[in-house]
Amino acid sequence: MPHALAARPLPIVIVGHVDHGKSTFVGRLLYETGSLPEGKLEAVKASSERRGMPFEWAFVLDAMQSERDQGVTIDTTQIRFRSKLRPYLIIDAPGHKEFLKNMVTGAAKAEAALLVIDAQEGAQEQSRRHGYLLHLLGIREVAVLVNKMDLVGYSAERFGAVAEDFRAYLADLGVEPKAIVPISAREGDNLTRHSPRMPWYQGPSVLEVLDSFPYAALPVDRPLRMPVQDVYKFDQRRIIAGRLESGRLQVGDRVLFSPSNKTARIKTIEAWHVPEPPAEAVAGQSIGITLDEPIFVERGEIMSHESDPPLLTNVFKARIFWLGERPLVIGANYKLKLATTEATVVVEAIEKAIDTAELRPLPPEAIPRNAAGEVVLRSKRILALDEYRSNPRTGRFVLVEDFIPVGGGTISMEGYPDQRQLLTVRASNLTAVGHAVSRAARAARNGHKGGVLWFTGLSGAGKSTLALALERELFAKGYHVYVLDGDNIRGGLCRDLGFSPEDRAENIRRVGEVAALFADAGFIAISSFISPYRSDRQRAREAAGENFHEIYVKADLAVCEQRDPKGLYKRARKGEIKDFTGISAPYEPPENPELVVPTDELGLEDCIALLLRYVEEHFRL
Amino acid sequence: MDHLDALEAESIYILREAKAKLDRLAILWSLGKDSNVVIWLCKKAFFGHVPFPVLHIDTGKKFPEMYAFRDRYAKEWGLSFIREECPPLEATDPTLPPAARSAARKTLGLKAALAKYGFEGLILGIRRDEEAIRAKERIFSPRDESGQWQLKDQPPEFWDHFMTSFPKGTHVRVHPILNWTELDVWKYTRREGIPVIELYFAKDGKRYRSLGDQDITFPVPSTADTLDAIIAELESTKIPERAGRAMDHEAEDSFERLRRAGYM
Repeated sequence: MPHALAARPLPIVIVGHVDHGKSTFVGRLLYETGSLPEGKLEAVKASSERRGMPFEWAFVLDAMQSERDQGVTIDTTQIRFRSKLRPYLIIDAPGHKEFLKNMVTGAAKAEAALLVIDAQEGAQEQSRRHGYLLHLLGIREVAVLVNKMDLVGYSAERFGAVAEDFRAYLADLGVEPKAIVPISAREGDNLTRHSPRMPWYQGPSVLEVLDSFPYAALPVDRPLRMPVQDVYKFDQRRIIAGRLESGRLQVGDRVLFSPSNKTARIKTIEAWHVPEPPAEAVAGQSIGITLDEPIFVERGEIMSHESDPPLLTNVFKARIFWLGERPLVIGANYKLKLATTEATVVVEAIEKAIDTAELRPLPPEAIPRNAAGEVVLRSKRILALDEYRSNPRTGRFVLVEDFIPVGGGTISMEGYPDQRQLLTVRASNLTAVGHAVSRAARAARNGHKGGVLWFTGLSGAGKSTLALALERELFAKGYHVYVLDGDNIRGGLCRDLGFSPEDRAENIRRVGEVAALFADAGFIAISSFISPYRSDRQRAREAAGENFHEIYVKADLAVCEQRDPKGLYKRARKGEIKDFTGISAPYEPPENPELVVPTDELGLEDCIALLLRYVEEHFRL
Repeated sequence: MDHLDALEAESIYILREAKAKLDRLAILWSLGKDSNVVIWLCKKAFFGHVPFPVLHIDTGKKFPEMYAFRDRYAKEWGLSFIREECPPLEATDPTLPPAARSAARKTLGLKAALAKYGFEGLILGIRRDEEAIRAKERIFSPRDESGQWQLKDQPPEFWDHFMTSFPKGTHVRVHPILNWTELDVWKYTRREGIPVIELYFAKDGKRYRSLGDQDITFPVPSTADTLDAIIAELESTKIPERAGRAMDHEAEDSFERLRRAGYM
């Protein structure tokens, strides 16, 4: 660690089940390291005597009257102490279930954690829940303290049993504890030096464990991200203010603002009361910049370099923890706060709900208080964000309900495409050439309007069967009609595309544009693609401009899987096909389709009849 | 970035969040070292400007040096300065011990000022390391309709997402230097050259570590008569900062009661 940072206190959170001795541990550690303020021990001893209560080390920490009265820590607190190596900030978090929100408040600030477990009781509900939350909060440096060894006769066997049980639980979460230390906080065993009462323990003391935790490094080497906090007009300067969450920045850099997709060059980095104006800035700094062009930028946008921008999307997956009194439910709206942006999101799906105390699945209809889960969230507008694994600072968010933060989550885009390419208009210097032949003239000659019948549905729902049958029928009736499907698109126009979420989205974008051209030429274009994402279908609708008809070819996943005409579901279930819609990638059903064709309820004849009636009604002049 | 840079960056972030999200904001200026740092950080955050009114709730019992400092720097720093007087002692809760009762005048004065100007938010220079109850504070800390602090039921606050919208009739306390220590404040004051009231420097073997009303604030033994000496003293002392503040020590829960009722 560079010497300049050596004076920074390392924030450590102490977590664990209620009454397992967290505050006692902290009180005793302060005493052992000579960190208690003068008179504190005497004052607390005197106060205990006055109340006729036996002295507890925890009393030096529990500050509220009700905390001392009940012997329970209610809210998180912070205490400083210093080892020979460096200073520490100890965050004591409450272990009672009722106060989990306070535990989260405390733990989220930490860079490492000590999880305290009672040797007599072993791991309890909150031990496991806290272990889970540490993981979700992104704290990877964890050590376990098996406390109250004095009450189990300093038994190596008992220690081994408790340690192994909890090691196995943490392993399920993917957490490997740095150390598991047997201690007695009350008696001071193994806190700052090895206890002669546990000669069988060869590992480090708690203080040695603490000194072995690394500082979390500032993400200076990740791509640049500066969420815009505000725009100020001071002294004729228009200053864009924000904090560099990651990366670095120099005067002269070309930067991109997302989601507005505007670019400009950094003209100056502004600062007050500094020897000279800065020429660069790095992650962690709160800065202000001016640009070489007067582009309109507002709070909530993320500034990056052009070469490595954040993702753009209006839908994403998230692992969340829930603190709200009311459970999180499908269809509910919450305010999302992500970096400096705010947006209303709706819970589109709950893929998993987990009881974090037992790592047990819950029914995926709701995520109750203090549970965790995996959800799909959709926002009305496009958001700029990152996946948590590539940039934690712009890949995590808080959900707010009735003014109060009720949950937090980390973002995954697994199965969802980056919408940036689709939203970026590259050929902005083209002007549309007006055709001499109007749509109306074409329709008049053909006897019907042009338009798009956009079939969407799961693989095996019957899209192609219906599309080809309908084409035949309409052609026989004199319609100009053409089917766009995988066979005539994938082999040519989209030969360069694979099946990743991005490529599939691009495939659908091209089909949308081609369908729009057919419609413009007076044809009825029938497109037959799964087209699983609402945002893609919306773009196809916008490309067509008018006379776009979303036809939901509807059949239950179970029915489609049973039909499995090409054997694809079987292969997807075996894991041979990645990102298979309905199995390992999402299908977003239409919200307001123009027509639903339920192929699992109607026979082919009836489906075609339904479609023919619909076309006669909407296309015939 | 060193530790002071990191603290400064966090405080600037908090102040800018407050400005972006809250409409009617004021800074509470107690004239002490902490609120002076807060004003300085505002100038850092807003490029030489302090874009909020600066409010002094005057008990009328401060040291003359403090009033002189106030009058000078309100001008020099270009502050939009507001002075409000506190109600008399008789208006306070008579069950409080005497010094706490005296301090409670400030709470009442503050409530009256909030009502008068309709502030939604108040920026204060309190720190966690000052006092165990303050250690539990949030950076954005809501107060209910009656100005009370619900310290047993505070909202969660994590990942730098603060509570920035509130039901009508409530207000929020914003604490930009909550995570600083007394030592950080002095080191930053030295680095930046922030002006300091001379009462903090030792005279005749005593100095003030914390400044309040004349009658309930006492100097502690010290020979630290320069910033360097103060910093050296604090690096080794085990005497708590508020040892000279009588109101903290009259009863075990004095400070908790004061703060619940809305004391800063």
